[in-house]
Amino acid sequence: MIYQTLAERIRTNKPVVLLTVISGPNIGATLLVSPKLGELEKLGTLGDAELDRVAMRDALGELEAGRTSVRNYGPTGQVTPEDLHDTPTVRVFIESFSPPPQMIIFGAVDFTAALAKVAKVLGYYVLVCDAREVFATKRRFPMADEVLVTWPTPVLTARGSDLGPRDAICILTHDPKFDVPAIQGALATNVGYIGVMGSRKTHAKRLERLTEVGVTATADLDRLMSPIGLDIGSRTPEETAISICAEIIGKRVGRAIPSLSQGSGPIHK
Amino acid sequence: MREILNDIDYWRSQNKRIAIARVVDIEGSGPRDPGAAMAVNQDGEVSGSVSGGCVEGAVVAEALEILRNNSPGQLVKFGYSDDEAFAVGLTCGGVVHLFIQPLEW
Repeated sequence: MIYQTLAERIRTNKPVVLLTVISGPNIGATLLVSPKLGELEKLGTLGDAELDRVAMRDALGELEAGRTSVRNYGPTGQVTPEDLHDTPTVRVFIESFSPPPQMIIFGAVDFTAALAKVAKVLGYYVLVCDAREVFATKRRFPMADEVLVTWPTPVLTARGSDLGPRDAICILTHDPKFDVPAIQGALATNVGYIGVMGSRKTHAKRLERLTEVGVTATADLDRLMSPIGLDIGSRTPEETAISICAEIIGKRVGRAIPSLSQGSGPIHK
Repeated sequence: MREILNDIDYWRSQNKRIAIARVVDIEGSGPRDPGAAMAVNQDGEVSGSVSGGCVEGAVVAEALEILRNNSPGQLVKFGYSDDEAFAVGLTCGGVVHLFIQPLEW
């Protein structure tokens, strides 16, 4: 029953945390905790009600942070087992299953299919959005989890509050009608990565249009990775997709990497 | 875990006994993070991985042993300076701690 619930939660992208005693009394005991509409569904036990309560509290913190770790407790949930004499330590493996990170791609262009494909390999939930219904079709983007025919503003109004540091927004349209509202909407979220495609010339023009609509704060403009991607000399859509995803990874872990947005001169030499 | 669910479901539908090995901790350099999982059924069939292929063979042997002995689960360590029974280790020099248990939950 624990396995079935775990498998069902993982497959439907719902958060769930699995606790397992990996040494000490009741080794192998498991407890599964699923947050559901403000309530907690609990299956199994680590062998003691108080231990369950304390470990569950820690587990929910780990789940929220998307972390997996090992914690030590006393047999009845004491949090400093090293202070206890003649008492075994219970080591609990806390394994978080968070929903996958999201990537929202604005613009249904050639690069979109390649980017969606690479993002799926990396485990993203991928949403493709374009206002042109002839281009934004599931047939063109079978790898995407969702394809929406609409403008950026309604999408980001509806889903922006769900976006966090692990998520990415990639704006691949070169059309100001579309990319200006997409950038404005993206900046209003806590999304960890905002990449905008286009040459340096396109980016300069785009900055002028952003100024016209009042987007001028350095803190905002610094969030825009434009031109999008790492400077690895990509040419094809697939190579470009790799350079974008590599930039997303590097930015998330805080590495200093040669992004195109920090350089100058032509992108393609 | 996600990538091994289909195989586990299939094995369960055939009433196979299954052991599951999960990376719970790594010291130093390690190819897979905590949570990486591998399942082994009673016939020695494998799904998933817990390293870059360095220790999987030894994990299968250990998992089958756990199933055979009806053990509730065991912590197993593989590493560079490992002087325990298994003469396998990670070429990257790290130490990986695995918990292997029968999937009876």
